[in-house]
Amino acid sequence: MKAFTYERAASAQDAAAKASSLQGARFIAGGTNLLDLMKLEIETPTHLIDVNGLGFDKIEKTQDGGLRIGAFVRNTALAADMRVRKGYGVLSRALLAGASGQLRNKATTSGNLLQRTRCPYFYDTNQPCNKRRPGSGCAAIGGYSRQLAIVGASEACVATHPSDMAVAMRVLDAQVETVNAAGQTRAIPIAEFHRLPGDTPHIDTVLAPGELITAVTLPKPIGGVHLYEKVRDRASYAFALVSVAAVIQKDGSGRVAIGGVAHKPWRVEAAEAAMPQGAKAVAAQLLAGATPTEDNAFKVPLVERTLAAAMHEARAA
Amino acid sequence: MSSLSDLELSRRGLLAAGAASAVVAVGPEAAAQESDTMTPGLPPMPVSFEVNGKVRQLSLDTRTTLLDALREHLHLTGTKKGCDHGQCGACTVLVDGVRINSCLSLAVMHEGDRITTIEGLGTPDRLHPMQAAFVKHDGYQCGYCTPGQICSAVAVLDEIKRGVPSHVSARLTDRPRVTNAEMRERMSGNICRCGAYSNIAEAMAEVAGGKA
Repeated sequence: MKAFTYERAASAQDAAAKASSLQGARFIAGGTNLLDLMKLEIETPTHLIDVNGLGFDKIEKTQDGGLRIGAFVRNTALAADMRVRKGYGVLSRALLAGASGQLRNKATTSGNLLQRTRCPYFYDTNQPCNKRRPGSGCAAIGGYSRQLAIVGASEACVATHPSDMAVAMRVLDAQVETVNAAGQTRAIPIAEFHRLPGDTPHIDTVLAPGELITAVTLPKPIGGVHLYEKVRDRASYAFALVSVAAVIQKDGSGRVAIGGVAHKPWRVEAAEAAMPQGAKAVAAQLLAGATPTEDNAFKVPLVERTLAAAMHEARAA
Repeated sequence: MSSLSDLELSRRGLLAAGAASAVVAVGPEAAAQESDTMTPGLPPMPVSFEVNGKVRQLSLDTRTTLLDALREHLHLTGTKKGCDHGQCGACTVLVDGVRINSCLSLAVMHEGDRITTIEGLGTPDRLHPMQAAFVKHDGYQCGYCTPGQICSAVAVLDEIKRGVPSHVSARLTDRPRVTNAEMRERMSGNICRCGAYSNIAEAMAEVAGGKA
């Protein structure tokens, strides 16, 4: 691990100001992803700003009947909150399908959104990777791509976003609240928060340098049956090959987002109009223009079947 | 109990002897490595936290993980380093009663925290009920993952008691129960290369007062 200096942030705005003015500064909250990457020297911050003391660790009702989730609410606490379990079951389910008990106890809401890809070529510092070292190339293209993206990828990057939670946030139309160095706040719709790789895959999100996430808000509950179906190589503690977050109403209408297939949680609102016609019709629109490789072509039928399983379960509920 | 202590002493003795000879063999490299890790211009940082009921004050390189602080600085070697990347669970400790991977946490981030390691749960003469149950049900072979397994197991039963749901809970809004499926799911962050999983689940079930 490279050496770094460390400080505990005094206020959100101070933290944002420091992080935007100091080259090599990074925020740290749970640290479960950042420290892992620092040990491998994939991340090499020279200064860490510990934001845990800022207090964004509560879940509160919003005026319009939704929830405001503090950025540093731990994954376990969020999944276990009775308001989330009752009104946003897909979010609890997604969180509980991810990582291990120990990691969920430490990982935060904002950190989960900001976690880096688990592409094996991003992790192997002997390989070129445009996300790790811009302009160095992509060893994953033409390499072993079983876990990698089938939609929305580019000539520069075929990585997937690893989060389960973010897929549920996408289906729930969450908003990401931030503050910047000047003290200005903004709310970013989750649909716009994560970027497609394009020719700048080293930039995962639309956050400006130093911009700090303070909360994630959810609109008021939309009812329906909440499901998170995750297909992986082990029954527990593994990243998704394909996952489906769905909220399905009694009349068969609903919302669906998928994980494990793209650089961001993947949702195509237009595809949801086809839900009454069944999984095949929805999957066809969700994956229109997909460019799978021989290694990950299995994900195309797997998306349809996982979606069919979710729709079947919703009917049975 | 005395036979357990004897066994432990002899194993420790053997390990210590092995480590000592290894140090002799790689002496110069070890010394070189030590000086490489000292970065000029970055002073150590003070931190104070409670470990097993005792306040400990340390002055550490900011890179020191909680795991390394416990093992290398406080010589509490019960907590083990397995993968050092949060994948195996051997380093599991309780911080303010909650289980975490001590390898993925910086020591300086634990100012004022209350940390419990395997040494603080019980001693060879006064075993924690979970330690006694692991012995009774043979919840290990080599024992390397065992401190992490036991810390995790104690926390898992507490999580179930506090009503934290899991991936295998049938209904999110019901109180979770202590079932074999629940314990296996919740223990998935602790890998046992010897494969003692079914015995671990039985030990946990006994402590929880049920059947695995």
